[in-house]
Amino acid sequence: MANITTEKTRVVQAQPASIMAVLAPAVGWLIPGAGHMIQKRWIRGLLLFVSIAMLFLLGLAMQGRIYKANGGDILDILGFIGDVGAGGLYILTLTNDWGQGAIAFATADYGTKFMIVAGLLNFIAVADAYHIAIGKKR
Amino acid sequence: MTITLNHFSAAAVFALFASIVFGITHRETTREMVRYGLYCFAMFLGGVLVAGWAMWVLRR
Repeated sequence: MANITTEKTRVVQAQPASIMAVLAPAVGWLIPGAGHMIQKRWIRGLLLFVSIAMLFLLGLAMQGRIYKANGGDILDILGFIGDVGAGGLYILTLTNDWGQGAIAFATADYGTKFMIVAGLLNFIAVADAYHIAIGKKR
Repeated sequence: MTITLNHFSAAAVFALFASIVFGITHRETTREMVRYGLYCFAMFLGGVLVAGWAMWVLRR
């Protein structure tokens, strides 16, 4: 009985915080998939980078609109939270003044949603990189 | 450069990339990742087709 309790306790206990537990999510946010790559999950990282970057760039190419931090409207704020998840791609888009597409046709609206979803997917990838860093996932 | 996708193409592209991310982040082993990714892709596209036919039936 005592052994079972000890075993359970060992499984539940978190590993001590390491530099990687901070670095992997930060790098993963800035460059999608990089949080996995610095932990030597090369193929996973590459697939995440291609998927998230392609979705974001397709959104831009479809004349999608990028949300900025100044939105007073709740939907604008939610759009900003989604967009900012794309990290470096979002910063690059803002600095180059891309993503100003006027929603004049349906695909531009799809593009806007593509960019938001790319950011949200990157949040999931960041959480996954963190779980790998703390040993919760292989 | 401007890309124009129709509704189904946009849904297929979305399903492909979202499924890859879901597969990698929600499962542990490579085999499970591939299976879950394919499952998500099928569910996304299946959902689009079912919703499309449902709207077609409702419109009649």
